[in-house]
Amino acid sequence: MSTEAAYGYNSKVEGEVIVSKLDTVVNWIRKHSVWPMPMGLACCAIELMASGGSRFDISRFGMEVMRFSPRQSDCMIVSGTVTYKMAEVVRRIYDQMAEPKWVVAMGACASTGGMYRSYAVLQGVDRIVPVDVYISGCPPRPEALLDGLMKLQDQIMKEPSVSNLLKKDMHPAPKALKTTAIAH
Amino acid sequence: MSEDTFLQDLLKRFEYATERASLDDPAIQVPADKLVETCRVLRDDMGFDLLTDSTAIDWGEEASPRFTTIAHLFSTKNKEYVRIASDCIDDLEPTIPSLVPLFPIANWLERETYDMFGIRYEGHPDMRRILMWEGYPYYPLRKEFPLAGIETELPAADIAEVTQTKVIPAPMMGGPFHAPQTGEMSDREPRGADQSWNEQKEKPE
Repeated sequence: MSTEAAYGYNSKVEGEVIVSKLDTVVNWIRKHSVWPMPMGLACCAIELMASGGSRFDISRFGMEVMRFSPRQSDCMIVSGTVTYKMAEVVRRIYDQMAEPKWVVAMGACASTGGMYRSYAVLQGVDRIVPVDVYISGCPPRPEALLDGLMKLQDQIMKEPSVSNLLKKDMHPAPKALKTTAIAH
Repeated sequence: MSEDTFLQDLLKRFEYATERASLDDPAIQVPADKLVETCRVLRDDMGFDLLTDSTAIDWGEEASPRFTTIAHLFSTKNKEYVRIASDCIDDLEPTIPSLVPLFPIANWLERETYDMFGIRYEGHPDMRRILMWEGYPYYPLRKEFPLAGIETELPAADIAEVTQTKVIPAPMMGGPFHAPQTGEMSDREPRGADQSWNEQKEKPE
């Protein structure tokens, strides 16, 4: 929870009237309704599933509504090794998500390529999508993921949401060009 | 039947076959144009009804013949393996007859070998890459290909333009990444043996 100061509300002073900033109110609503999308690509996805289970219980923090469709979610959790072949797919799924949207790079592979220093693996998902939170670990334990998502909530509280609303598009989607893939 | 007599039996049955050094199961080398015929006899007459592996060897750029394909056959009845090796016909554009007509399971195995070594399988119904994307210009398991990779374009042009990203050689940083075996758990993230350079910082001479 953010401090009282963030909301600018003190019950002793203001009683039943709450005076706050619009940004703060919007952010407060947003941060407790993060709908994550599991972009499960490798073993990190198993820990992600554990986070959703009753033992770790991600719903304590208001972000439990996992949706497997990018249209219905606003936080992509990239959990696993992103190959160059998959990079295109990750970016396209990211482009399909509605604003506002956030990306969590879960684990060493998604953050930096991890132990896969090879010709096939994208060296960090931040090369194709803007990442908000990086979580270390190989794979990170569910506690680490929950901590990362709480860090994301803190970050959401600091966003200039109202001025972002006036912008047409925070992260412009790529224009369709022809691909180099050769049909056989 | 002991393995030795089995091998002699094979060599007698296929007079074009030669013995191949092997530490475990009987292995023979056959010419490329006899590969399918050999495997058909092994499957239909000798009970080797399962293809367990199909792969290849790259002997290096100077060697000729450069590429050798390997097929492992297994008899589910007698619980025996046999290994069939065959040199590819050309060193620059290697080809070999496909085993898919005999063993449908060879389909993906041969696609993988094609993807990694660039060996074309003649008669394969679907000779496409399987691991790397179509249009990738290299064959990663060839001897001259570095593990870190070679700079090239991303498969999708629009994504490459927006993200300004390319396929880059991975910073190896002193070898395969692994977790240190000693120290605090919190300090044991996997890392390279040589942390003095990375993708931002040049490798010191």
